[in-house]
Amino acid sequence: MITLAGVHKTFGANRVLRGVDLTIPKGSSMVIIGGSGTGKSVLLKCILGLVAPDSGTISLDGEDVIRADRDAFLARFGMLFQGGALFDSLKVWENVAFRLLRGAQARPKAEAREIAIEKLRRVGLKPEVGDLFPAELSGGMQKRVGLARAIAAEPEIIFFDEPTTGLDPIMSGVINALIREIVVEMGVTAMTITHDMTSVRAIADHVAMLHAGVIQWTGPVAEMDAASDPYLQQFIHGRADGPIASVR
Amino acid sequence: MSLLSPVAALGRVVLGAFASLGRIALFGGQVVGHLFRPPFYPREIVQALMQVGWFSLPVVGLTALFTGGALALQIYSGGQRFSAEAVVPQIVAIGIVRELGPVLVGLMIGARVTSSIAAEIATMKVTEQIDALVTLSTHPIKYLAVPRVLAGTLTVPLLVGVGDIIGIMGGFLVSTEQLGFNRASYIQNTVDFLTAPDITSSLIKGAVFGFIATLIGCYHGMRSGRGAQGVGSATKNAVAVAAILILAANFILTSVLFGT
Repeated sequence: MITLAGVHKTFGANRVLRGVDLTIPKGSSMVIIGGSGTGKSVLLKCILGLVAPDSGTISLDGEDVIRADRDAFLARFGMLFQGGALFDSLKVWENVAFRLLRGAQARPKAEAREIAIEKLRRVGLKPEVGDLFPAELSGGMQKRVGLARAIAAEPEIIFFDEPTTGLDPIMSGVINALIREIVVEMGVTAMTITHDMTSVRAIADHVAMLHAGVIQWTGPVAEMDAASDPYLQQFIHGRADGPIASVR
Repeated sequence: MSLLSPVAALGRVVLGAFASLGRIALFGGQVVGHLFRPPFYPREIVQALMQVGWFSLPVVGLTALFTGGALALQIYSGGQRFSAEAVVPQIVAIGIVRELGPVLVGLMIGARVTSSIAAEIATMKVTEQIDALVTLSTHPIKYLAVPRVLAGTLTVPLLVGVGDIIGIMGGFLVSTEQLGFNRASYIQNTVDFLTAPDITSSLIKGAVFGFIATLIGCYHGMRSGRGAQGVGSATKNAVAVAAILILAANFILTSVLFGT
């Protein structure tokens, strides 16, 4: 279980997070929604320790993530980045097997390659793709490779940062379905940030809306449409009029 | 505008420069610290050795060749004014080995390698590849900076050695083919005149310049701002700072090694 309590983060004069309280139950899929620039990515990076919060606590299964052993902590995570963040200088299979070729989880090269090819197959890519470089792939294929890398070391928790940004509706549907399948199949705790409502309905067990630096609304995805929160309703229906200013 | 405004502006520039030097020193300390602690990345080190050393050979060789040739012509022409044309082999050798060889190789590495490292790492930062490294339990300094700085420190002295030889050869070719020097006596004069400290100082300078060039490339790459402009600024600043630090380090090393 991931628990955030009173998390604040400021960049210069910009108070991005103003006291975020959120609980992500173990084995569930939480989707964080919110407008562009509301701090969704910052929140995710705070949990991973890529950005240090100014105040508040973030704990994983009761252990403060700041005090946790970094390598052991990060070994429990997988992450799909918005742009894929694949390493240009490495072949696709080496990207997928990155963690399996180095550090505490290192194993023989042939075994790592075999696992990488299996994970590529799991996300719908042929084994031949493994010997290409990331620059030779389309955007949708890069996302799939990123997804294969995220699951390669069998993590307990997976983060998805805007998984469908820049993809056509069909490829978005494919990625959403893959994420849902993998989350259920592996029984992982998942946290996704997106403003794509199709992704929300396809991926989420629970939804939290981040607005003005705090969690504006949170609850099961099944209750989202019937919720009375005007901010949530404006966002999920994409209305220009409402309490959220359309010019920010 | 107050009379003190220009002084305040100058003060801000000086303080900013010292702050930058301090950050670079801290970054250098981190790199050196990681150098001796596992895990090590041999594949990345080999790649960096090739990138910094092997692929820089053509540019270093051509720079040294033309500089040695031009130096011979200058010394011959200047020496004629006081009937000292005969010292061309000695002055070419000492000029190349003690000064021009290491400095020119350092600056060429600064132009070729520092810019390439800064642009590559800055692009990795902008495209979240450095964040991805962290999430994959890999320390970016250990994975990206240590192999490059190690490669620079190890291969630039070798490049300087090669550059010294090619530079002297450039002077030899111009002197023997164009200025009428005897080949055997030119070589003999060169060998007799050079001393071991001349050569070791050249190699020491090479190691220091290689360390500076690669460290600055990594430092500016990792501090890059966002977008294409951030990558461009990181690259430009890296080359400028590396060139200035190499020239400053050359002055300090020359003072220490040859100062009287």
